[in-house]
Amino acid sequence: MATNTIDRSAKQIVLTVQEYTLFAWRAFLNLFSPPIYWVDFLVQSDIIGVGSLNIVVLSGFFTGCVLALQSTATLQAFGATSVTGRFVALTMIRELGAVLTGIMVSGRNASSMASELGSMVVTEQIDAMRALGVDPMRKLVTPRIFACITMLFFLTILSDAFGILGGAAVTVFLNHQNATQYFSMAWEGLRLSDILQGLIKPLFFGYIIASIGCYNGMKTTGGTEGVGRSTIDAVVTASVLIIVADTLVTQVMLGIFR
Amino acid sequence: MNGLFAPTADPAPAPDPEAVPVVVLSGVSISFEGPPVLDDITFCVPRGETRILLGPAGVGKSVLLKIVNGLLCPDKGSVLLLGEEISQMKEEKVIPLRARTGMVFQEGALFDSLTVRDNVAYQLIQERVPDDEIDSRVREALTFVGLEQTFSMFPASLSGGMRRRVAIARALIHNPEFLLYDSPTGGLDPVTSTTIIELIMKQRDVYRTPSLLVTHRLQDAFTLCTHRYDPDQGKMVPLPEGHSAEQTSFLMLNEGRLIFDGSLYDLVHTPDPFVREFLE
Repeated sequence: MATNTIDRSAKQIVLTVQEYTLFAWRAFLNLFSPPIYWVDFLVQSDIIGVGSLNIVVLSGFFTGCVLALQSTATLQAFGATSVTGRFVALTMIRELGAVLTGIMVSGRNASSMASELGSMVVTEQIDAMRALGVDPMRKLVTPRIFACITMLFFLTILSDAFGILGGAAVTVFLNHQNATQYFSMAWEGLRLSDILQGLIKPLFFGYIIASIGCYNGMKTTGGTEGVGRSTIDAVVTASVLIIVADTLVTQVMLGIFR
Repeated sequence: MNGLFAPTADPAPAPDPEAVPVVVLSGVSISFEGPPVLDDITFCVPRGETRILLGPAGVGKSVLLKIVNGLLCPDKGSVLLLGEEISQMKEEKVIPLRARTGMVFQEGALFDSLTVRDNVAYQLIQERVPDDEIDSRVREALTFVGLEQTFSMFPASLSGGMRRRVAIARALIHNPEFLLYDSPTGGLDPVTSTTIIELIMKQRDVYRTPSLLVTHRLQDAFTLCTHRYDPDQGKMVPLPEGHSAEQTSFLMLNEGRLIFDGSLYDLVHTPDPFVREFLE
């Protein structure tokens, strides 16, 4: 009995991975053949990009503050508080800016995509769209995926910038250190490879967030209860996959820029 | 020499497009992780004909409608829609065919985030029809269903019956070659149901659009058969005693199988015990 359950679950997982892969691949390929819904791309860019501005700026700023606060205590033991700027900038740009922005945007947008598309599925609006001769993959999914990739890239840059500013605020106003020293250390410590690493990650994260959100939405079954389930699944899966992808991309990037 | 140019046989006459049915289903079956929902369904919808699909709730009427429009792929059998086999056709190839049909969903399935104007004009907007033309065609479609005043409203502010009428306007705006109605009167009060049935009758009798109508409400089905739309009076009128609307016939589903296919007369005189029980 237990073997049957394991067998069924394993098959279900393989089927889901297969379906998701085909779904995400089709959504990607749609960008290279007409019709391309540019207006929907702009609308989604506004919803994802402008709509997430507040949470990304705030989370970036306060993460920078915390990094500066935590590092100061340790760096003081080595008499190296002057490198706080370098520490905060490197941590934000290489790692935390992209991951935190990804998780914030995932919480806000993967859930909204899953619930919006899920509601459309259970009220037959997706079928109605298909019946009206419009492909929902092209109209709803592809614009969301590419808007999310584009916007996450810029949101990550903003998060990095505000994180460094947050670190500066703590360093200058709480630790009473020199702002010029903080920013010059931050600048000098950065290499092109650090910036590239930090800017390549959001491209993967954006793809994960939107494709998982849309996939869960489009596969919704079971009425309004199913919409709730899809929303939870979307946020949980996207958040975990962001961390997994971060590990893989970091490993690859470290190999390239060794 | 002459023999070379002499016809060896009469060329096969080209099929008259008017004689080809708009829909032909042959041996269609489908199941969803369990016993078959539909099993070996065969019927056709000739041009100019309205077919009413009856059956109790949950026997697969809506599934059948979605198969006819290519929204679901059958496990077995063939589906000819407007002369093309769609059962195994790729989605991108079915889309242009679907655009030639109109479908009214059970609850209307209007897009919540769009106004009535944008809902009705959805297909026209995708085709980049000029705004002026869209406005005039939407107003015309809304006038047809008697809802001109809802032009700028959102679906959330409409009643259930109004939503269905907007859905009918949306299905008709593109002058479809074939119409599918999925329980258009389900859950509505008798007065609103009659309004919807009158609209369907108007489309049948004035524009002669072939259609497949799913319902489990016998009174709606019989009204469609025993009345006709009179354009002069602008309303439906009963047919003389003993007459029924030409080219309106019935199909009945039960437990996934098609158990009846025939006219109103055949329906009321059938010896099938289930049909008799359903009618009574």
